[in-house]
Amino acid sequence: MNPVSYLYLSALLFTIGGVGVLVRRNAIVVFMCVELMLNACNLAFVTFSRMHGNLDGQIIAFFTMVVAAAEVVVGLAIIVSVYRARHSASVDDASLLKL
Amino acid sequence: MIAAGDSVTSTGEAVQFWILAVVATGGALATVLMRKAVHSALSLAGTMIVLAVFYLANGAYFLGIVQIVVYTGAIMMLFLFVVMLVGVSAADSLRETIRGQRWLAALCGLGFGILLVAGIANASLHHFDGLGQANSGGNVEGLAALVFTKYVFAFEITGALLITAAVGAMVLTHRERIRRAATQKELSRQRVRENAHVAPLPAPGTYARHNANDIPALLPDGTPSELSVSPTLRARGQVRDVSGEALADLAALEQRSREWLERDGDEDRKGAVK
Repeated sequence: MNPVSYLYLSALLFTIGGVGVLVRRNAIVVFMCVELMLNACNLAFVTFSRMHGNLDGQIIAFFTMVVAAAEVVVGLAIIVSVYRARHSASVDDASLLKL
Repeated sequence: MIAAGDSVTSTGEAVQFWILAVVATGGALATVLMRKAVHSALSLAGTMIVLAVFYLANGAYFLGIVQIVVYTGAIMMLFLFVVMLVGVSAADSLRETIRGQRWLAALCGLGFGILLVAGIANASLHHFDGLGQANSGGNVEGLAALVFTKYVFAFEITGALLITAAVGAMVLTHRERIRRAATQKELSRQRVRENAHVAPLPAPGTYARHNANDIPALLPDGTPSELSVSPTLRARGQVRDVSGEALADLAALEQRSREWLERDGDEDRKGAVK
């Protein structure tokens, strides 16, 4: 097996996550799909790090994880406050600005 | 674990990859396709654990552990926590609001995936250096050396980002108290003044069999007492009424005892005839 297979798997996971973001309407599930896409990117970074034989790719993946943690905290806080105001976590219901 | 310097992995890693890749893809698909958010979260947690194994296999030992501890341990539990807070039973409705959206999304995903795969297939990715040399002084030591020299500015910015995120979460979920909360003494005086429920409210649960919070107590005539259930559950409409169940159980019991009694009566009569 060639380690390039990891890159193919990463592309597959990223695509599944992207489709999930487009299809799902529950804000929490949309958010989980974003996390899946970030994880797929991390896998690609780690594989590239192995390919080039240096650790820079792993550092980038590490920073991605930290930023993802910050993003999850803020995003879930937004979801909770939206749910408190509207009693729904569906992204279709937040349409007050629509004409 | 790492084949040094060539582009073919060991057989063990290949077997591990092909088995776990199926698990990871299945978990990702389940994340998208499951109707309930809890199931999606659990599938995603499984995918993330598999990814941690892949990191370990690729020589990223520190990231593999961090993936399990931070992602699966902290972030996914935060997700589950919010799912529970927002309502577990809230399943996504399957009705399409924009016509043909799902097919278009699947088509876009397919096209995007083909683009990505074609890009990877066309790139010249034949030689893998392997991390044997980079990891020779230890993976964690190597990462630390990079974080505190080359990437030290990014590291500091990350700290600022984390503090901002924590403050942001507090600001977003903070709720200003409009009026002072009544003390216990004031509440008890109010109850006496209104002469309503001076004694404690009835506790939920029925005949010590169903002691869940969402099951109302039964009054002597068999009707459920709404007062025994928390007002939050009442407002959500999550009160489970088991009074019908209890009455049916009682009827079944009576029926059974009647059958037994009749049989006993028959035997007695037979005995008397003998």
